[in-house]
Amino acid sequence: MSTQQEQPTDADDAGTGQADDAADAGPSPQDRRMDKKADRRIERERAAGATDADAETVHLKVFRYDPEVEGKQEPRFDDFHVPFEKGMTVLDALIYARDEFDPSLTFRHSCRQAVCGSDAFFVNGRQRLGCQTQISDLDGPVRVEPLPHQDVVKDLVVDMEHFYEQMHAVEPYFQEEDLPDGDLEEQYQTRENREKVKMSTRCIWCGACMSSCNIAAGDNEYLGPAAINKAYRFAMDDREGEELKEHRLRIMEQEHGVWRCQTQFSCTEVCPKDIPLTEHIQELKREAVKKNLKFW
Amino acid sequence: MYEHDVIVVGAGGAGLRAAIAAHEAGADVAMVTKLHPVRSHTGAAEGGINAAIRDGDDWELHAYDTMKGSDYLGDAPAIETLAQDSPEDTITLEHWGMPFSREEDGTVSQRPFGGLSFPRTTYAGAETGHHLLHTMYEQVVKRGIQVYDEWYVMNLAVTDEPDPNDRSCHGVVAYDVQSGQIQGFKANDGVILATGGPGQAFDHTTNAVSCTGDGQAMAYRAGVPLEDMEFVQFHPTTLPSTGVLISEGVRGEGGILYNEDGERFMFEHGYANNDGELASRDVVSRAELTEVNEGRGVEDEYVNLDMRHLGEERIMDRLENILHLAEDFEGVDGLVEPMPVKPGQHYEMGGIETDENGATCVDGLYAAGECACVSVHGANRLGGNALPELIVFGKRAGRHAAGEELGAAEILTGYGDDVEDETDVGAPVEPGLAGIDETSPASGVAADGSGQTMASDAVLEQAVEAERTRVDHLMDTDDGVNHADIRSKLQRAMTDYVNVFRTEDGVKKALEIIRECREEYQRVGVSDPSRTFNTDLQMTYETRNLIDVAETIALGALVRNEFRGAHWRQENQIRDDENWLKHTMITWDDGAPSIWYRPVILEGEEKTYEPKVRSY
Ligand SMILES: Cc1cc2nc3c(=O)[nH]c(=O)nc-3n(C[C@H](O)[C@H](O)[C@H](O)COP(=O)(O)OP(=O)(O)OC[C@H]3O[C@@H](n4cnc5c(N)ncnc54)[C@H](O)[C@@H]3O)c2cc1C
Ligand code: SF4
Ligand code: FES
Repeated sequence: MSTQQEQPTDADDAGTGQADDAADAGPSPQDRRMDKKADRRIERERAAGATDADAETVHLKVFRYDPEVEGKQEPRFDDFHVPFEKGMTVLDALIYARDEFDPSLTFRHSCRQAVCGSDAFFVNGRQRLGCQTQISDLDGPVRVEPLPHQDVVKDLVVDMEHFYEQMHAVEPYFQEEDLPDGDLEEQYQTRENREKVKMSTRCIWCGACMSSCNIAAGDNEYLGPAAINKAYRFAMDDREGEELKEHRLRIMEQEHGVWRCQTQFSCTEVCPKDIPLTEHIQELKREAVKKNLKFW
Repeated sequence: MYEHDVIVVGAGGAGLRAAIAAHEAGADVAMVTKLHPVRSHTGAAEGGINAAIRDGDDWELHAYDTMKGSDYLGDAPAIETLAQDSPEDTITLEHWGMPFSREEDGTVSQRPFGGLSFPRTTYAGAETGHHLLHTMYEQVVKRGIQVYDEWYVMNLAVTDEPDPNDRSCHGVVAYDVQSGQIQGFKANDGVILATGGPGQAFDHTTNAVSCTGDGQAMAYRAGVPLEDMEFVQFHPTTLPSTGVLISEGVRGEGGILYNEDGERFMFEHGYANNDGELASRDVVSRAELTEVNEGRGVEDEYVNLDMRHLGEERIMDRLENILHLAEDFEGVDGLVEPMPVKPGQHYEMGGIETDENGATCVDGLYAAGECACVSVHGANRLGGNALPELIVFGKRAGRHAAGEELGAAEILTGYGDDVEDETDVGAPVEPGLAGIDETSPASGVAADGSGQTMASDAVLEQAVEAERTRVDHLMDTDDGVNHADIRSKLQRAMTDYVNVFRTEDGVKKALEIIRECREEYQRVGVSDPSRTFNTDLQMTYETRNLIDVAETIALGALVRNEFRGAHWRQENQIRDDENWLKHTMITWDDGAPSIWYRPVILEGEEKTYEPKVRSY
């Protein structure tokens, strides 16, 4: 568990004065040291240049399409050769390609840390977050395509509207109305129950699961793993009463709900948040049976 | 043209809360946001929400801690409002189903945080911001609030009376990123800016690529003061290639910082002989940079954070998420090698000047969240105080914009009798406008010279036309300068000269480079010819905003010749209460920034906060 302790700045901390002194420290040995380091760096760079240039370059093959622009209306792949740096992710490489070679290269991205869910792409044949995928873990050339089974808007950008509609279709909000009287009084929840829903609450709406799912590809109305997981998140949360749970199970029971899932586990495999999606779907099926709800 | 009572720009924590509040107050509210709400950077917050909800704690302690943490540059009415409202507003999140961590007895958990006299940081695992964001978005869906997502707001429709205090805001101009169409959004009752921080003004930041200070720049150009922009918080342990934050937890558990020579520099070079790695954020950040500047950095760039000695079992138990972060974003296995870290920009304390109700000096224009400055954080934000700011002031702004009575504000806004002018800015180059192309497009005074204020529709239409013209111009410019080149130059300058170490000469150098960026921006062009999802165009707009915001940060850093909170000046190593218990205000007067000061308010409801030496 992480405790992000933010400590305040402290004008009187013992360190401040020293840091200042250090910054002013005698120039000559320091300068010499810096010079030496600069020399070493130049040498390093020269050495790098002398070796096989390819070893230091990432070869990207990126899907391109723009309905408006001549030459891009027919989908194609563009090649980019990006200088490799340790720690480089697929997203870093795409940003480099865009900023240095082609400003029209288009993809969604924002947080760069696997929390915003913007940059799920099809990388070397698998759904992955660009920002969470190290280039060094991939075989080259690295092939980057938009998520399969979704309409492409442009380059790597897909239309997420359908995904959002499915998410919204499961009443994805807490509905308990029988709340404690006081504005300052919380509802109680056991640690076990919180633990039970924990993984399901981690979804970042990236759409990777839906894109990997064969059933969703064949049945456009199938709610899909992420939406079902969202329903699970509330159905299993004890703070919502039994009646609501039953109501939620009924939604899951509908024709395009849980029973469509054929437990292929593809969603679970690609989920960047390691959510046990297939298990959650199975559990909802069992709950529905337990509650004796009719099923298709 | 679209029309609503209240338009909320931005859908992070502050925007969502504002929209829900305005909706509950009966307004027809819509959100216009360049990212889908769940993609907002609020989702990255880990630590928690400060709220005095337990026996033994009370809002006055929270207020006291916050005032002290602010280094006495927070305004008491804002701080007290935050501390008073946070408990109820935090519990509201629980009532909306937010999955807080729980105690054995089923109540929500709280943890200790730096600078707090009581463990009042209410959290949901290591992903509090994610849960806060998603819980509020769920409530927006529940209420059926209209969201225009992936609409980029380009400008505000504000009238242009000579005195900004007489101006009014009537809506915004935005473009649909997917289709490229530019539209006006008319706001009958108010526009609330909730656009987040400007971290992208620096080349190394924990902030998202979308944190480009758009709201701040737009408000600034409309005449609203930006307040205390020089106060920027840097975090000492971020991963070098991405800026992803490695939490203090690693050092809390016993992680050690080493330089290239394997020295434990916090002790061996005497930066913090008592606290070592656990010294406060700014001390550790400055120590790391000093090591690098003196040639003892690894690869001349970073230092190493080593936790291997803690052993696999303890690491897996307490710091597992850190292993994933280092692995995924830096390609480093924290169990077998030390993790590279360096300081990164983290939070902007300053922002759009508002009162406790979120109102700015322009009628109908509000701001809340990181883009605003009420001012709660003053010279330094305490961990866990930004998220409560989002919900407390987001809610207040939403209610006020929707016409609810919240009582008169104690904090004054806009240039007035209580302020003091800066006469000698000492900038090395002329800040502000460069060239003719940048003249402010929105103007609400009839062009016939009659001096009559135009109808609100006309103000909006004129603003829309101005943006259409601007876009045509940007798209038609062949062989223009690529915004990315200007942006990276700007970011480098800010990181080199307006970072944790500031010297007068350095800040001046930054202002010179910012000037160059402005001049280059006159020749900027968008090379992507498509109207469909043109991120080149969007980023070109954002870069302009970054230039304006960066300049205010540098100007503030130049004039404030003292050391307070996060603002360290080599030449001035003391906090100067005699001269500097005042906020730095920067306004855009016909394209040229002017600087003035407003005294800080230390008088609270029942007591006056006496500035004390900050020692912990
Ligand atoms: C890594 C990290 C950890 C943190 N941890 C904590 C913590 O533990 N506790 C704490 O209290 N604080 C923490 N903070 C600080 C806190 O998270 C932020 O200050 C806060 O989330 C900002 O919220 P916001 O709503 O103001 O902006 P954001 O969440 O950034 O949202 C901005 C919104 O504005 C929209 N927008 C921006 N420009 C435009 C435009 N031109 N047109 C249309 N829409 C636009 C975006 O789409 C987005 O929806 C942390 C910050 C970071 C980076
Ligand atoms: S369940 Fe996993 S893969 Fe699916 S949208 Fe959520 S985070 Fe992405
Ligand atoms: S950029 Fe946010 S998830 Fe990858």
